[in-house]
This record gives sequence, structure tokens and C-alpha cells, in this order.
Amino acid sequence: MQLTVWTYEGPPHVGAMRIATAMRGVHYVLHAPQGDTYADLLFTMIERLPRRPPVTYTTFQARDLGGDTAGLFQRAAREAYERFQPQALLVGASCTAELIQDDPGGLARALELPIPVVPLDLSSYQKKENWGAAETFYRLVRAMASPAAPPRGTPRPARAPGIKARCNVLGPTALGFRHRDDLVAVREILDRLGVEVAVTAPLDASPADLARLGDADFNVVLYPEIARPAADWLGRTFDQPAVVTPPIGLGATREFIAEVARLAGVDPAPALAAASRAAWYSRSVDSNYLTGKRVFVFGDATHAIAAARIAADELGFTVAGLGSYTRELAREVRDAAARHGIEALITDDYLQVEAQIAELQPELVLGTQMERHIAKRLGIPCAVISAPVHVQDYPARYSPQMGFEGANVIFDTWVHPLMMGLEEHLLTMFRDDFEFHDDAPPSHLGPAPAPATASKSTPAPTPAAADAFPWHADAEKELAKIPFFVRGKARRNTERFARERSVPVITVETLYDAKAHFSR
Amino acid sequence: MSGSGVERGQRAVFCGLTGIIWLHRKIQDAFFLIVGSRTCAHLMQSAAGVMVFAEPRFATAIIDERDLAGLADANAELDRIVKQLLARRPDIKLLFLVGSCPSEVIKLDLSRAAHRLSTQFSPAVRVLNYSGSGIETTFTQGEDACLSALVPDLPAADREQPANLLIVGALADVVEDQMRAVFAAMGISRVQFLPPRRSTQMPAIGPGTRYLLAQPFLADTARALEERSARRIDAPFPLGADGTSAWFKAAADAFGVDAGRFERATDAGRQRARGALGRYRELLAGKRIFFFPDSQLEIPLARFLAAELGMQILEIGTPYLHRAHMACELTALPAATPIVEGPHLDKQLDRCRELKPDLVVCGLGLANPLEALGIATKWSIELVFTPIQGFEQAADLAELFARPLVRRTRLVA
Repeated sequence: MQLTVWTYEGPPHVGAMRIATAMRGVHYVLHAPQGDTYADLLFTMIERLPRRPPVTYTTFQARDLGGDTAGLFQRAAREAYERFQPQALLVGASCTAELIQDDPGGLARALELPIPVVPLDLSSYQKKENWGAAETFYRLVRAMASPAAPPRGTPRPARAPGIKARCNVLGPTALGFRHRDDLVAVREILDRLGVEVAVTAPLDASPADLARLGDADFNVVLYPEIARPAADWLGRTFDQPAVVTPPIGLGATREFIAEVARLAGVDPAPALAAASRAAWYSRSVDSNYLTGKRVFVFGDATHAIAAARIAADELGFTVAGLGSYTRELAREVRDAAARHGIEALITDDYLQVEAQIAELQPELVLGTQMERHIAKRLGIPCAVISAPVHVQDYPARYSPQMGFEGANVIFDTWVHPLMMGLEEHLLTMFRDDFEFHDDAPPSHLGPAPAPATASKSTPAPTPAAADAFPWHADAEKELAKIPFFVRGKARRNTERFARERSVPVITVETLYDAKAHFSR
Repeated sequence: MSGSGVERGQRAVFCGLTGIIWLHRKIQDAFFLIVGSRTCAHLMQSAAGVMVFAEPRFATAIIDERDLAGLADANAELDRIVKQLLARRPDIKLLFLVGSCPSEVIKLDLSRAAHRLSTQFSPAVRVLNYSGSGIETTFTQGEDACLSALVPDLPAADREQPANLLIVGALADVVEDQMRAVFAAMGISRVQFLPPRRSTQMPAIGPGTRYLLAQPFLADTARALEERSARRIDAPFPLGADGTSAWFKAAADAFGVDAGRFERATDAGRQRARGALGRYRELLAGKRIFFFPDSQLEIPLARFLAAELGMQILEIGTPYLHRAHMACELTALPAATPIVEGPHLDKQLDRCRELKPDLVVCGLGLANPLEALGIATKWSIELVFTPIQGFEQAADLAELFARPLVRRTRLVA
């Protein structure tokens, strides 16, 4: 057992729902108790989809357990087929149904429906959401595309001259972090390169579309967490190479363009020529203050690795911490962390992530919605870079992470919280200013009578907790002048410095001695 | 369309675990440890996402493959997790081990575990258990299971003391305070609430205890209270001006409060509520409303909307029907109101689309898909999180139904 307060990923059948809901003409019959129907609201409330996910739950109850839950499943599957008329049926069990071992695959096959039935075996007690999505996509791709597969080892025939190169775009799902917008950005790049898109999947694809995946010259994998197993199989089966660099950030976008151009045999120049504001903004003089800002990065592997690279190479930050909850791609995350000279944190324990952020005291957190809450508690600016998603991650405006526009979006999203930090620092600095203090009437409202006492009471020193180090009131006051987002670190460093030197009470002198010591 | 009856088929209702979301806010020193799967944890997170800011007083002990290998191992694991949890949260006085679908199916005996752990951590922490599993409970039945787990442990009332009144069902603190004031004005001062705000303030019960249900989903709790010799006061539920008035009147009659004193204690509140409802009656009278099953509040709400606001009830879907507790409500409903127990989701959606109601009360999974079809909806979950009981909240309750309709008249593009 594992004690869990919050989780980064849902169970694997939610991953399967993300595939089914992204596609057209697929229905998923899920052997599950009624409580599992909560998953519908992820799609209808968080992503605000205007339709129900194409999922029928058997919603068996305790009284059914002694009876015929297998019959219940078969009735539900047949009814779902008749009502929704899908081109393909996914069948599987949620965690509870897995325990009663009804074999949804076998039961559905016995119905002899006139459509492909794809059984999903998702190991609910071992695996999680992204794995479930990847497995479901792979199973569906395999079931639909296999009939068109050439004999093993057949090399791809060369493209006839004058025919445009065609690729599949694989990975975008329902409930993905900006998947819909990323797809628009990537299609724009492919357009500029003159590369045709054969099939986009799973988003908006039908089972019939999956059947012709083998026609394309190569695959573009946008989210390895979702599409890598399917792309690997397509590679083996149809001799299709794959582009596996997600174009998140300027550098990665350029590499992506170069890779696509190489596989398509086209000139990358027209796509590379697109103007990027982010590149110029990062070089503009006011971005100097971004230099060396310590950032902590956490998310799924794809977004965390990309964010660390952007942070270091495109914004001039220092990557102080890098981690991911994607155990399946832990090796890739560890390699990326090594490039930044740090050790990766691979965990799905939110408390462990919180502890590391508290310890590192970064100046910016780039994480998921959960790190946003951690950062809020610790008073550190934060931007969201990855799922798990929240209703805020579905902005009304076009807001991709991929391509050159994605790089612009990322620049704004990451830098704004820091600007806010700077602004807050200025407000704090001027808190005791004769003109701008809290009691002063707003100057744009014209002259107003001065308050009776202009002097503002000195803030009382923070009451000492039982284990707190004693601070002299003046030193506390001086500490308060330090920007709030580095104040915690300054306090800790000073206390460590004082403890190591057995200084009984921290004075202003101690504060600056410690500052000098740690700046070396 | 079909008339009243029972259906079988796909349901779209939360399981009883969801009740933890309001119960942990209500009992302020209690912790709810779900013994379940990643799905349980994900459900709680999705349903209670906004509360991530605090470290909540609920968590999930996620069962994994190793636990499924053997039960003895699962018990040792549970003990380890409870120890870890209590070390982290020394403020916890009452710990609930909450059973889930997987824990029920593998027959993990949480009552034995609770007993064992209670002995180990007594007197600092009391450990109780109940099941919130979706194979046994729907949504608000989780509260029923939780409260009925508390009943055997309630202190016995002093036999020398006069009769006391117990209000049963979680209510907002502000609602409790208002009710206490009305009871005091009627001369009923020995009033207690279940659940209490702190585990150290458990109400005492005995043969002199009369209890009044404030929520319509407490069948097991009522049974447990009867076993402790408490007696139920039959009443409708305190929704709306008339509903609240009848609820107080039932208590007044049971405690021998004379008519004049009852009138003086309730008149101001009742008049205020009726006045405030007038405005909403204009907006809602004649509008056609349709209920999908969710919280068990459907029948009392329909009664309120029909009787006090003049709405037309097209269909009431309810997860299950407890005829005894609903008796007062059912007689107050307009004749021939179709009530469907445990509706088949797709068939009920067919009926709903065909009837094109002015307003649909439904769960979060259905709301936007219905809105996209041009049907106005009211999320039923809001009705369990918002203070809606009592005189002072009657108009707030009406407003919840009026808002989706008012909004439609405002939007032009």
C-alpha cells in the first residue's frame, strides 16, 4: 500500500478513456461499479467537452456479485453496440472489475459483434493513466492496421518522384495538456515544409483512419508517453521511421523541423524562417534580470525535459531541480538532469516533490497544477507546464506549447509570474516611503488631507516558534527588505551560518556576514 | 414516457466516498483514510480539486499488487500506513478507515483493523470504519454509513435528564446555529447535532432521545439510532418556507410546545422566507423541471419547487426510494409525478431529450452535454455543498434554480 494525498495520474482505464474520447467511431464498454462514472466529469467539466465520453459502464452492485456479472457485462456491451453503432469496440475492466475476473475480452468476443473488438488488459494495481493511454492506443492501432501489414521485413517502397511526403501525427488525446493547440501549431510547420498529414491520431481519428496508418512515409510522435509504443510497432511493421523530438521550445522546434525535412526530403528553410518573438525578448536588455534564476522543473517526462532545456538554453535560468512522475521514461529524465549537473527526482509522491522544492528554495517553479499549489504555499512564483490538468489549462485563446508560437506562449507564461515577483518587491521596498506608504491616499485622486500620524508602526518581529533561531528585531526588519521570493532561503542560510558559528542572536551584521559567505 | 417505477441499467452516480468531501470539513478533528485503489484517490481529487491548497484531512491507502497477494500482508501494510499518517497528523482525534469497492471485493476486514488500531492508539485516537464503496453505496449514502458507524459509540444519555432532541445529518454551521435559536425560542434547549463539529462533542442518546432527520439519505443511521432506543419524529425535510415550518412543527408537537409559542418562534422566519421566495416564484412558476438521480434530495427538492414555486415536475430520478422517510414528502408531491428509482442512464437521457425541459438537475458528467443540446442545467452537487436548509436559506435555494434561467435571458451572443 501507498499513502496518497494527491495523485499525478489517474488509473489506467482513464488513459483508455482519453483515447476513446479523442476518437470518432469508438465506444468503450468498461466493467466497473457506479462510482467509476465520475471519470466523465474530467472530460465534460475540466476540458468542457460538449458531449459525453463514449463510455458505457456496467455499474455492477454488491447484489450482482453473487449472481451473473458476466451476463451484465454482455448485456451492456450488446446494448452499447446497438445504441451507438461504433466502428470498433474497446472492452475492459476498471480496478474493481479486474478483481472479479470476468474476462471482458472473451465475453465480448462471444457476442460475435460484426465489428473489431479490442480487449484491454490494463493492470490497474500496477499501472497508471499515461501507460493506459499508450497501451490502448497501441492495441487499437495494431488491431486496425495489422490487416494492411506487408510481410515482415519488407522495405518501404521509395516514394514516386513528384509525390509529396506524407506523415502521421501521433499522440494528441482528449484531456491532454494543450494537445489540441499543439496539433494546430505542428500542422502549420508541416504545411510550411510542404509535408502532407495522412492521419492524425488518436485525436479526431476513426478506426478506419487507423487502418491506413501504414500508408504514410513516416510518423511524427508528439507525446512519447502516449504514442511511442504504437509508433515503435508501426516502425517495425511498416518500416516507417519516426520523428521523436517534441517541438517544445525554440531549439527543439528547429531540430524537429530539421528531422522532418530530412525524412521528407524537403528544404527546412521556409519553416525555420518563421519569426520568433521569444528569441528576441530573451535577448532584450530587460531580460537580464532572468539570468541565473534558479528554477525547479517537474511534470510528465516530455514537458519536464523540454522545460529544463528551454529554461537553461533559451532563458538563461539555472535548473536547480528536475523531476518527473513518468516512470516509463525515467532514463530520459535522468539523462536530461545529468546535462544540467543535477540528479533527477523520479517519483509520484507529491509530498516528496514538496519536500524537495522546500529544500531547494527555487526562484521559480515550473510544474503541474500540484506544484502550483506547493509554490503558492511556499510563496514562490510558478508556471504550469504539464498535466495533470485543471480547467485553467484549457484557455479560450489559442495557446500551444509547440512550435514557434508555443515558444512565445511559454516565454509569457513563465516570465509573467517573475515580473509579478519583481513588482511585489518594489511594493515592499516602497512600503515605508513617505509618499507611497499604505496610509497615503492615491495621488491620482488629487490632494487629500494628510492622516493625523504619518508614521507607520514598525512591524513587530515575527513571534518565535519553539524551535526558531533567535533574531534581533533590527535583523528581522532587514530581512523583511529582501524580496519575498528569496527571503526563505536567506533566513535559512543565515540561521545555518549562525548555528555553525554558535552565534547566539542573529543581528544585521550576522545577516550580511552570511550573505557574503554564501555568495562566494 | 414511462410512469413511476424501478429501472436497471447503467447509472451515473458518485459512490459514497464522495461524502468525505463535506464530512471532513464538518468534523474538524477527523481524518478519513480510504483503503482503495488509484481510482478512489483520483475520484476524490477530481471531485474535491479546489481544496488542494490545504493538506486535506483525507487520503487514500492505495492497494497494490503486493497487497493482493495475501491478506495478512495487507493488514500489516495498513497498520504501517496508519502509523505513518498519525505521526504526520498529531491533531487527529478520530480516524475513519473507509472501505471501497476493491477493499470490499477482496474482503479486507476493516472493522477488525479499526478495532486493532483503536486499541493501539487509544486514548489519543479513536479508529472507526465504514464502507463508502460504490457497489454498496451511492453518493450521499456515504454520509449515512459514516454516521451509523458513530452511533454505537455515542455516550448514553443520563436517564434522569428530560428528553433531548437530536438533529441528524450534516448541515452548515450557520444553519445549525439558526436552528438552535428557533428551538430555543420554542423552549427546546437540549438540542444536539450529529455529526458534531468535533469528535469530542458527541451527542448523548438514550430512550429519552427524539431525533429529527435533516437529510433524506440516512436510513442506516436511523436504524442504528432506533437500536439505541431513540425515536424518530416523522417530518418532511427542512427545505423551503413551508417545508422548514413543517419540520419545526413536528419537533414542536413531539416536545409538547403549544401552538402560540410555535407561531411566535417561527413566524418571523417563515414570513421572511415566503417574502423572499415571491421574487423567484415569478421566474420559476410554470417552468418544467426534470431530475436525474444524484443526492437523494431529488424528492424533497421537487416537493419544494412544485409547492412553493409552482414549477412543473416532469420526472424525478432518484438512486433509491426510502418510502418511510419520504412519506411526508411523497404525499406533498403533485399527484401522478413520475418517480423512477435507479434509472437507466441512456433511457432517461432519451426521455429528457424528448421532453425538452426548461431545467434539468443532473450530475457534473451530464451538465455540459445537455447544455450543448440547448437544455439549461443545475449541477446537483451544488445542492449538497451549499447551505440550503432552513428559513433563511429558502430563497438561496430557489436562486440556485433561477440562476441558469436568468443567465440565459442575459446572454445575447
